[in-house]
Amino acid sequence: MGANVTTSNLNRRQFLKGAAIGSATIGVPFAAAAAVDDKKRFEENVVEPSAYLFLNLGEQAFIEAVVDHMVPADQWSPNGTQMGIANFIDRSLSSGWGKGERLYMQGPWKKGLPTQGYQLPLTPSQVYRTGITASNEYCMKQYQQHFAQLKANQKEEFLKGIQAGKITFSEALPSKTFFALLYDNVVEGMFSDPVYGGNRNKAGWKILGFPGAIATNGRNVEIYFDKPFHAPVFSIGDLA
Amino acid sequence: MATKLKTVDAVIVGFGWTGGILAKELSATGMSVVALERGELRNPDDDYALPNIRDELRYVVRQELMQDAARDTITARNLHTQEALPMRRLGSFLPGDGVGGSGIHWSGGTWRWTDMDFKIRSNYEERYGKNFIPKDMTIQDWGITYSELEPYYDKFEKVAGVSGKSGNLNGSIQSGGNPFESTRKNEYPLPPLKDILSAKIFSDASRQMGYHPFPRPSANASQAYTNPDGSRFGACQYCGYCQRFGCEANAKGSPQLTVIPIAMKNPHFELRTHAWVTKILKDPSSKKVTGVLYTNLNTGEEFEQPASMVLLCAYAFNNVHLMLLSEIGKSYDPVSGKGIIGKNYAYDTGVGATLFLEGKNFNPFFSAGGTNHVIDDFHGNWNFDRSGPGFVGGYIVSAGNNTSLPIGYHPTPGGTPSWGSAWKEAMAKHYQTSMNISTRSGVLPNRYNYLDLDKIYKNAFGQPLMRLTFDFKENEEKLGKHGANTVNQIIATINPSKTGKASGEKRSWGFTPYQSTHNTGGTIMGTNPGNSAVNKYQQSWDFNNLFILGANVFPHNSAYQPTGLVGALAYWTADHIKNRYVKNPGLLL
Repeated sequence: MGANVTTSNLNRRQFLKGAAIGSATIGVPFAAAAAVDDKKRFEENVVEPSAYLFLNLGEQAFIEAVVDHMVPADQWSPNGTQMGIANFIDRSLSSGWGKGERLYMQGPWKKGLPTQGYQLPLTPSQVYRTGITASNEYCMKQYQQHFAQLKANQKEEFLKGIQAGKITFSEALPSKTFFALLYDNVVEGMFSDPVYGGNRNKAGWKILGFPGAIATNGRNVEIYFDKPFHAPVFSIGDLA
Repeated sequence: MATKLKTVDAVIVGFGWTGGILAKELSATGMSVVALERGELRNPDDDYALPNIRDELRYVVRQELMQDAARDTITARNLHTQEALPMRRLGSFLPGDGVGGSGIHWSGGTWRWTDMDFKIRSNYEERYGKNFIPKDMTIQDWGITYSELEPYYDKFEKVAGVSGKSGNLNGSIQSGGNPFESTRKNEYPLPPLKDILSAKIFSDASRQMGYHPFPRPSANASQAYTNPDGSRFGACQYCGYCQRFGCEANAKGSPQLTVIPIAMKNPHFELRTHAWVTKILKDPSSKKVTGVLYTNLNTGEEFEQPASMVLLCAYAFNNVHLMLLSEIGKSYDPVSGKGIIGKNYAYDTGVGATLFLEGKNFNPFFSAGGTNHVIDDFHGNWNFDRSGPGFVGGYIVSAGNNTSLPIGYHPTPGGTPSWGSAWKEAMAKHYQTSMNISTRSGVLPNRYNYLDLDKIYKNAFGQPLMRLTFDFKENEEKLGKHGANTVNQIIATINPSKTGKASGEKRSWGFTPYQSTHNTGGTIMGTNPGNSAVNKYQQSWDFNNLFILGANVFPHNSAYQPTGLVGALAYWTADHIKNRYVKNPGLLL
């Protein structure tokens, strides 16, 4: 997992995962470690930034692996999980949007023409659930491992395969449809306001030099005409 | 059984720009007016306030201010021989919802359409001959003239606080404005917005090529402003959150900032929100409409609101839908060419490219809805000879940033990977060093582009959804090719370090991505009941106490955005109702 094990919250989650599959003797240190972590987090007044609401453990591993592959830690930003993109996706899926708000959900259901857009009877959260299962099924068959355990070049091959629709799922869900939704959500998790759980520490906005929620540029538009603009980056939370 | 309410002088269906204008104007004469709006009343001070209005995910991606497709959407297909399917999530266009309608989230582009459009068929036949117009292109003269509308354009521009520079003031060509506009009696109420770099680079290059760039006229107040009704505007803050957002600075000309609060102070006016009109009621024997049927969405109760006049002021699609549901007029049939309601649906389209200019600082986050420069040399310029390219209509070309927020705007050159460090590096490098140049052309009506009722899919009230049959035709392809060539020539003049290329390749219209919310036609205006649903006063030929406002009355779409004309027509109609119709109800001639 590389760099992301350094954060305390992830340590705890890695530990939990270890506990679930590890030996029974792990019980005592688990409780002690959790207590230390909880005390620290309480003192730091941290609001569960990396807790999940919707994705199950296997889905979490899939999404974290996707976002860390697509958004690796480098000179431009921390990795996708550290940026909160996995949490952004999880919260989106547990929100009204994820449950099909503003989505016309009456049948009959037909495949339609390529110009007729989304025509599946699935809400976004159902697309994820179906898509992740189908992805892992494919990866097991092709690579004998779940996506999260693949080597970087295999992950690349798989993601390019579903992006282009060259890899097909046995489920009715077209791989391209799943990829398109996933990709949109990764971008949203990079660049939406941090209030939604992604773009943590405005790391996405910092890649671009986007100044966030600032309001009054009536003078800036002249002062910084063709000049670099550097200003504190404000989010909704900073101004609330 | 619906509860029958007390008769009012006028009932307005839908409460955005046109409903707001009519409500204010008619209630000011002492007429009793009720507006029924299916959405909610938002309070700009609370709802469009800092910091929450600065939320791209909520307002752009998740479409908070837009019509809820779960309750009511349309079905669509490209050809009348195909099966239409529901637009399950809004995509290509985004009609607004609630008090203020699309006037809340528009960018403010405000144009004066001219006799080039109003006399389109005569103009082209006279200059290029009858055979120049394709057989299935159902363009027609509108029956209205620019000179009739000029004072009403002026009125709307003043009410909406339009910033711009005239190009033709009382017949004298003005430098810095659009030399191809029709003559104006007055300058714009406010000077143009400040230049941003992308717009200036485009202007400089196009001027060098002999074109005539000018700042796009926009209802974004370039200065603090009080309009003739006393509505107060703040100065635009170039916040970068304009299209799809309510304006936090009260700088965007919007109905909820101007006409609506005035109407709401008038004791003769009443607004009912969460009121979903399902039907226009009619008395076929007397050729009058008698009111409307609506459901209170908060209680589920059904009401009949009788009225001496019915004014349809909802979004273009919804006005046509209500006409079809109420069986007023004959539904258009593309095979026989008979019927009027649903005819001449049109849209707009364009082509464009992204340029990469190393070393520049575009600061795309400093922008307003109208921070664009435009050339009209291939549209408003009647001297531009269409015989070579062979198209009807034309296109404007523009550049500048509007709402260049990071989820939707993080340009990278072609060949950049879709993810990984190289992708991030490309975004980091090019967010500040990119600009776009694009065209906009009106889609001209075609016999096979139309609206009717779907046979299968229903809305939340069990009523048939409206069905759109639409595709781009040969004229759009020709416009696209010519426009792409112009864009590519301007790019060559700018000589960027890297560039994409505009392409005019033939393509079909699709449900996604977002293209524009400039849907027109369906209850078109014309010179007689045989070729139109309404006369030039937006009055139904069949039922004289029914007025249908909005872009649904446009017999075709233009390269100009529609709202300036929608607003002018609303004031024009209001005047003719106040000064003529109420004194002598009947067909206005």
